[in-house]
Amino acid sequence: MRVSKLTKSAVIAAIMAMAAGCSTTSTTTDGGAAGVGGSAQAGNGTNSYGVSGGAVSGGAVVTAEDLKQLRTVFYFDFDRAVVRQEGFTDLEAHARYLAQNPAASVRLEGHADERGTREYNIALGERRAQSVERLLVVNGASANQVETVSYGEEKPAVLGHDATSWSQNRRVELKYLSK
Amino acid sequence: MVIIKRYCVALLLMCVAVVARAELVVEVTQGVEAPTAIAVVPFGNETGGALTDDVAAIVQQDLQRSGFFEPMPRDNMLGFPVRRDEIFFRDWRIAKMDYVVIGQARPVAGGEVSLRFELHDVLREQALLSEQVTVARDGLRDGAHFIADRLFERLTGLKGAFSTKIVYVTAEQLSAQRQRFRLQLADWDGARSTTILESAEPIMSPVWSMDGSKLAYVSFETGKPAIYVQYLATGRRERIQSFPGLNGAPSWSPDGNSLALVLSRDGNPEIYVLDLLTKKLQRITRHYGIDTEPSWAPDGQSLTFTSDRGGQPQIYRLDLASRKLERLTFEGNYNARGRLTQDGRFLAMVHRSSGGGNGFDIAVQDLKTGRLDILTRSGMVESPSIAPNGSVVIYATQEGTRGVLSAVSLDGRVEFRMPAGSGDVREPAWSPYLR
Repeated sequence: MRVSKLTKSAVIAAIMAMAAGCSTTSTTTDGGAAGVGGSAQAGNGTNSYGVSGGAVSGGAVVTAEDLKQLRTVFYFDFDRAVVRQEGFTDLEAHARYLAQNPAASVRLEGHADERGTREYNIALGERRAQSVERLLVVNGASANQVETVSYGEEKPAVLGHDATSWSQNRRVELKYLSK
Repeated sequence: MVIIKRYCVALLLMCVAVVARAELVVEVTQGVEAPTAIAVVPFGNETGGALTDDVAAIVQQDLQRSGFFEPMPRDNMLGFPVRRDEIFFRDWRIAKMDYVVIGQARPVAGGEVSLRFELHDVLREQALLSEQVTVARDGLRDGAHFIADRLFERLTGLKGAFSTKIVYVTAEQLSAQRQRFRLQLADWDGARSTTILESAEPIMSPVWSMDGSKLAYVSFETGKPAIYVQYLATGRRERIQSFPGLNGAPSWSPDGNSLALVLSRDGNPEIYVLDLLTKKLQRITRHYGIDTEPSWAPDGQSLTFTSDRGGQPQIYRLDLASRKLERLTFEGNYNARGRLTQDGRFLAMVHRSSGGGNGFDIAVQDLKTGRLDILTRSGMVESPSIAPNGSVVIYATQEGTRGVLSAVSLDGRVEFRMPAGSGDVREPAWSPYLR
């Protein structure tokens, strides 16, 4: 149990490294590589795996009822497509539910804030949806249970034009198509 | 089934081509230092009936909105000459006019109207233009734009773009969950706007074919993005074969035979060229970064596109024959959606200065000298589209919390705004010269 969790953490760290490597230059790849090796380094965000913030933790069976407790919107930094750590626990639970319910499927809708051009933001929204998809698949969901679509900046969650609104619009919404 | 139904609804809507109330009004917010003084005298009317449009008023408005001219208000005119021998040049000289325009509407067989117009140089007391154009009785607005084009060309040396059209997208929030997107077609000045597509899902990236007969755009009406081609004359619509992932950013080749577009079917946004006759798809870019917003050079030899392969979005040019890749933009940390002028010399783009905070503005780069000029200071602009005569860039910006259209001359001297009547207006696309 503990072991599998650690492995999972390592996998997540690997994904983070991959995602980070894609979107930024140099240094982050080194930090990520250390994470894969299992050393919990402070500063690169790989040291708090023991903390379970979500309502559903561990390897327990995730029920449809449990799903209601899980977050379904995951937020991102500007021009970044790396899933923030705050969403890991809940995404793992979603993945476990999908693994335990092969008939279930989700749609991941990627979004961007209004800054920058529309077509570039569509691409960014897709990258974000793909980051979440990878986390689900690595944690046990099957690729054919997950579909992604990007709306870019076309469907903002909040209509404001300030930093707070932007931060709420840079997101991936996870929606169950069937449970 | 739902898809088919939606498709039918959309088709129906297109057939009806809902004539919406004119949504856009252009206001000149900044003009040239010394615009030319011109008087456009109300046209005489010998058609024996009232005319639906005031031709001289439309001509006057076109000239004023170009920023090159400062027309004389009608109330200040001492007389309304219709024929040359009725012009008292001394009066117009005292009124400090450089030019005076007169004209007359006359009936011709078949119910059409002939518009005769003359341009006179006030100082030299000389006729510079004396022409006529015949239009349908409900086509007076077309006649007026034609006259404005002729006057503009005679006086500035630039081909006028007053007879061109624009398309743009509007979005309205009907309720927390429901939105209404419309693809609108209008005269360059926003008049006579009609809805050519309406959808509950996003419509994006409209572009004109070079012959002005059709549009390509992205619609999410099936729940996934797909590229459509729509013929303006018939409303007929075709969906380009779509693939999993992104299907976006269409751009017509100058010969109209190909579409450049963006697909992420291989996991990552890449640029492809689709041959519309053979339906063959050719992959153009190969990089793990985002490659998007392809745009053909007017000579059809190369594509410009946006890529973040260097860490931030910048504009690149790929020569199609040699596959040689060249980075075009270096100033600023965000340069995207490049559009070339018809002569291929200037690149208009969305630009963010390095260390300049969050502002996105329109910039133009002279590809010959490398010089980059920032044309706007609003900080929240996108979607530049260049007039076919290369004089003006239209773009989307924000006024308060609303998206509006604005335009700026390529030299940055003239700026005007097109406030919308309703909804969020975005993604203007300027037509080529029509007919």
